[in-house]
Amino acid sequence: MRAGWSYVGRRALFALITIFIAISLNFVLFRLAPGDRTSALRCQGCTQEFKQQLRADFGLDKSVPEQYVIYLNQTVRGDFGRSFVTEQPVISELWQPIKNTLPMILLGTIISIMLGITTGVIAAWRRNTLADKGTVWGGLLFYSLPTQWLALMLILYLAGPLNLPTSDIADPYLAYSNAGAWAEFVDRLKHMILPAATIGLVLFGEYTLIVRSSMLEALGEDYILTARAKGLSNWEIITQHALRNSMLPIVTLVFLSLGFIFGGTILIETVFNYPGIGLQIYESVGNRDYPVLQGAFLLLTVVIILMNFLADLLYFKLDPRVTE
Amino acid sequence: MSLIDAPMTPLNEVRKSPSRLRSLLSFLRKHPQAAIGFVILMFFVFVAIFGPYFAPYGEREQVGPIFGTPSSAHPLGLDDGGIDMLSLLIYGARVTLIVGFAGAVVAMVVGGAIGIISGYFGGKTDNALMRTTDYFLVLPDLVLMIVVASIWGRSLRNIIIIIGLIYWTFMARLIRSQVKVVRERAYVKRAQALGATHTRIIFKHVIPQIAPLLLAQTVLMVALAIFLETAISFLGLGDPSVTSWGKMIETAFSRSAISYGAWWAIAPPGIAVALVIMAFNMVGTAAEDSLNPRLKVSHLSRRHFRLRPLPDKEAPK
Repeated sequence: MRAGWSYVGRRALFALITIFIAISLNFVLFRLAPGDRTSALRCQGCTQEFKQQLRADFGLDKSVPEQYVIYLNQTVRGDFGRSFVTEQPVISELWQPIKNTLPMILLGTIISIMLGITTGVIAAWRRNTLADKGTVWGGLLFYSLPTQWLALMLILYLAGPLNLPTSDIADPYLAYSNAGAWAEFVDRLKHMILPAATIGLVLFGEYTLIVRSSMLEALGEDYILTARAKGLSNWEIITQHALRNSMLPIVTLVFLSLGFIFGGTILIETVFNYPGIGLQIYESVGNRDYPVLQGAFLLLTVVIILMNFLADLLYFKLDPRVTE
Repeated sequence: MSLIDAPMTPLNEVRKSPSRLRSLLSFLRKHPQAAIGFVILMFFVFVAIFGPYFAPYGEREQVGPIFGTPSSAHPLGLDDGGIDMLSLLIYGARVTLIVGFAGAVVAMVVGGAIGIISGYFGGKTDNALMRTTDYFLVLPDLVLMIVVASIWGRSLRNIIIIIGLIYWTFMARLIRSQVKVVRERAYVKRAQALGATHTRIIFKHVIPQIAPLLLAQTVLMVALAIFLETAISFLGLGDPSVTSWGKMIETAFSRSAISYGAWWAIAPPGIAVALVIMAFNMVGTAAEDSLNPRLKVSHLSRRHFRLRPLPDKEAPK
């Protein structure tokens, strides 16, 4: 058990150091940007005095190490500055989009896990059959599709026939018509389903291939033979023995694909004009709204680092041998 | 030096030179999947090199109405500026493939160098380099790329450098674990005992051993680089002066090809990207599998490289 705690401790320390590095990288990256905040304001008419005043306000007249300390201090207190565009604090600019994005990502991940595990298990169980070949090629195909393109294709070919909305998060008229909570929920779901399906399909390709190969590995083990000799049904063999043992790579993969999901979210939300964190990033790139971009980058990185830490813990729970 | 050299050179030559092409052919024969991928790749490489000579129309030449429908003169229709889609697709192949190859090569050089140094020297160097790699591994790649691209500005060169800088980590890890194995082999020990310099051992003995794996990984990396290029172009951070497939998807989207129902402006570049990525993956995975069967489970998650770093069981201390 002591080895276990030292493992957890080491991973926690690693996560903390990584967060610190991400925070510092954030400072360095934006420091490398050409010009400073005053030139990003894009005001040709500003007088030198005004700019000087602004620099003093932002603390840009201090030395770089001093600025770094101030920056660290602010970041720890959750102060990411104010948006150039709306003049609102960055943290409140990011809060609502995050709340919009999370259910969508969750739905997409659930879709991909369910699809991926089902097809992967079937493919591994019926190895070298048509089902297996179809799964492998299908997986490879979805793995290769550009995310944004798949989203566009879904709009072109699915949105019409299924009568689904392709933009925004909710029907604006619904709020005026007092349609009730249920109708609003259904409306939200309708707006969410296509973006979530895109995430689901993009991840599905990868998940199904991983599930298949890790199931194949598990099915070749001796304990499967033992289970068969004990007279267990196929269902029991798959769920109790094979799938259980191949969960390790699958679970970690799901956790660790978060970085990719966030990347995909930017593309998908841009296509569907879905007001989440991805669209916020896209718009702040267009507006050169560096504080928001900076805040979003930091936020996502920290979330990913924490998820990685969680994956480490989970890994330890599933396979205590990692401490060796 | 020359004492070590003398018996080695003829051996090397006898072993290597006649078998290159033949080993490629036998590899393709053994892996039909790789053969299909290879043929697709050769087709697109051909188009990328010679395309501008047989493209029916110019890259910026308006030849018909906006979003003109596909016809016998324009099999893939026209885009939002009345430019022939087929010609655009042909011109785009070059830029897309260049970004893919160049980005992968940058990743290979940076990641390979760090992996070799780390694996070969071990100890403190190894520790420091691998910790750094670990930190870079957790950063969200597309988000980091957006940040860097929006700061550095939009140019092809920047995109290539960024792709390389984001993807060197995985390469470094993999190469390191291989180098650790190679380092312990008898002929490396022998060269060390004979007093060969580190540079010499690395270039003469280590790199030739890991070269096939390095190559297989680079092939897989190209697919990723193309994937990222389309993403970054789609977000409006691509080079504005050139045509790539990613940019074609972006233009079609931002000029509302969907409202026009102009599927021909969106579908072809995406299909081309998917075909190329698939082909690179088919060749790369087959090559990787035949070189290093141990990677079987982990190899598919390379799109985000977030699979847990495996403990170096194979590397003897």
